[in-house]
Amino acid sequence: MVLAWVGAVFCVAHELSIQMIKARFDRTLGDFRLALDVTIPSRGVTIIFGASGSGKTTFLRCMAGLEPEALGSLVVGDQVWQDDDRGVYLPCHRRPIGYVFQDAALFPHLTVEKNLVFGLHRVSPEARWITMDQAIELLGIGHLLKRDPRHLSGGEQQRIALARALLTSPQILLLDEPLAALDLPMKGEILPYLERLRLELNIPILYVTHALEELTRLGDHLVQMDQGQVTREGPIASVLSDLTHSFDPLGEWGGVLFSVIAGHDRLSGLTDLSFQGGGIKTPLIDRPVGTPVRLNVSPNDISLTLNRASETSILNIIDVLITDVTTTQDPHQVMVHLAIGETSLKARITRYSLGKLKLSPGMHVFAQIKAVSLLA
Amino acid sequence: MLPLDAEAIDSIFLSLRLSATVTGLLILLGTPLAWWLVRTRSPLKGMVEAFVVLPLFLPPTVLGFYMLLAMGPSGPIGALTKALGLQGLPFTFSGLVVTSMLYSLPFVVQPLQNAFAGIEPRLLEAAQSLRAGPWATFGRIVLPLSKRGFLTAAVTGFAHTIGEFGVVLMVGGNIPGETRLVSIEIYDYVEAFDYPKAHTLAGMMVAFAFFMLLLLYGFGVGRGGLLRRS
Repeated sequence: MVLAWVGAVFCVAHELSIQMIKARFDRTLGDFRLALDVTIPSRGVTIIFGASGSGKTTFLRCMAGLEPEALGSLVVGDQVWQDDDRGVYLPCHRRPIGYVFQDAALFPHLTVEKNLVFGLHRVSPEARWITMDQAIELLGIGHLLKRDPRHLSGGEQQRIALARALLTSPQILLLDEPLAALDLPMKGEILPYLERLRLELNIPILYVTHALEELTRLGDHLVQMDQGQVTREGPIASVLSDLTHSFDPLGEWGGVLFSVIAGHDRLSGLTDLSFQGGGIKTPLIDRPVGTPVRLNVSPNDISLTLNRASETSILNIIDVLITDVTTTQDPHQVMVHLAIGETSLKARITRYSLGKLKLSPGMHVFAQIKAVSLLA
Repeated sequence: MLPLDAEAIDSIFLSLRLSATVTGLLILLGTPLAWWLVRTRSPLKGMVEAFVVLPLFLPPTVLGFYMLLAMGPSGPIGALTKALGLQGLPFTFSGLVVTSMLYSLPFVVQPLQNAFAGIEPRLLEAAQSLRAGPWATFGRIVLPLSKRGFLTAAVTGFAHTIGEFGVVLMVGGNIPGETRLVSIEIYDYVEAFDYPKAHTLAGMMVAFAFFMLLLLYGFGVGRGGLLRRS
């Protein structure tokens, strides 16, 4: 209910939404050199992906105007933020961006509430597309307003930093590894909020990370960097298989299902998702029909059968094609590569089962996927 | 009740006036200087820093001697005051202010420099990304986060100026109501073997210095102090 309401209000921001971001930067820091020329789509989350030291944060800082010595140009829609040839350079505080640092960077001498309004007060009312109440609701921080930011958990601090950045009604949101400083349970706590921002905001988000999970869950578009240069870019779905190959040399990564909510069975607490080549049931995802959902499927949650089992607690039984069988670190286990239409998944099974079922590439089998493990 | 004559009371007020003036001016001047020293990558930084700290390593008489020459009719400062149609600075209250500012400069600049350097640069960048320009960032982030540094700078600058002797004697001489400070008054009493009066003033100086330090450590910045940061 509330979600729908927030979504409706944010539609106003549509009018403000910009066309394209064209960035060209050259920045030398000691013996490191960042040199890139990229175009970033105006919608969705663009993941700036790469190992540490690849220049992703420097790139983001150039976008924000935090690297005044960087040469180049930056055109956001029809606005020129930087153009050395024409002597244009907007300092950071004149760029309509929202920036979230790895460590939140909340002001320690101000309460949470005063942190939130710090930027809000500096934006003219006409330029605002989000209210204090909406930002608080969006990030679930209403109970923290009077608190001292130093006494909050890392996850809470990061949610406040996100709300604080949003309250400047930015035209672009720049997130610099917002989860990197958090431990695993806390990452899990923040990810749903980031997914929500991705779905409900109409502004482009640039998201720096080196974590494959964040990339697959949040990304729409990828800019991969190495040694200060862009090595690959494109829509996530088309670069994902290449990418997992290079970042997962052991082949232990399962796969991602790009699906859409097709319907709900509220009585049983299940949601039907459809994807190219099939459908799948998951525990209820309380979002409207048509909402895109990504599922990371672990290789440990898929089992294979030769016949469609009829009496089983497994809800998801999908007809799949075996495309390859590869070894794993464990000599007694193998990874079976599966194709469902365009989607590829992997199942980890024992070498014993492989022999017993006589599985080989080209065979059609049934993949059983545990529904409870599919919660995105 | 106290065995103080009018001259001694004059010297107390003169010392307080000098210290307050010098401290106020040094905070105004030292703040941009300390900020520049923390932020700059200029090759001049080392030289400026050495110049700021120099008075700590000089006998006060040396500094006083050169300031007397500089402010004299043939010195550079003297030439400047003459060109501006002002009276000469030696043996005047203004001359004491200028000299004391130089002498107490490190005591104000260094605490400010430490305070500014202790501010996480991320916070300044965060403020900029939240649309705060340089002045707003300084006023809303830097100043409140360095209030301990300002307190330390003010207290040490004030106390140090009150305690000057050699440098002010060289530059100011001993003119009642104009340049005769408490420290010089005490010296005069001792010279004249008037120990009771010397005791009274000297004892007041000890109490005052202790009170200032108490303000700084006890109530100010120590554990449980007013400005303590948890």
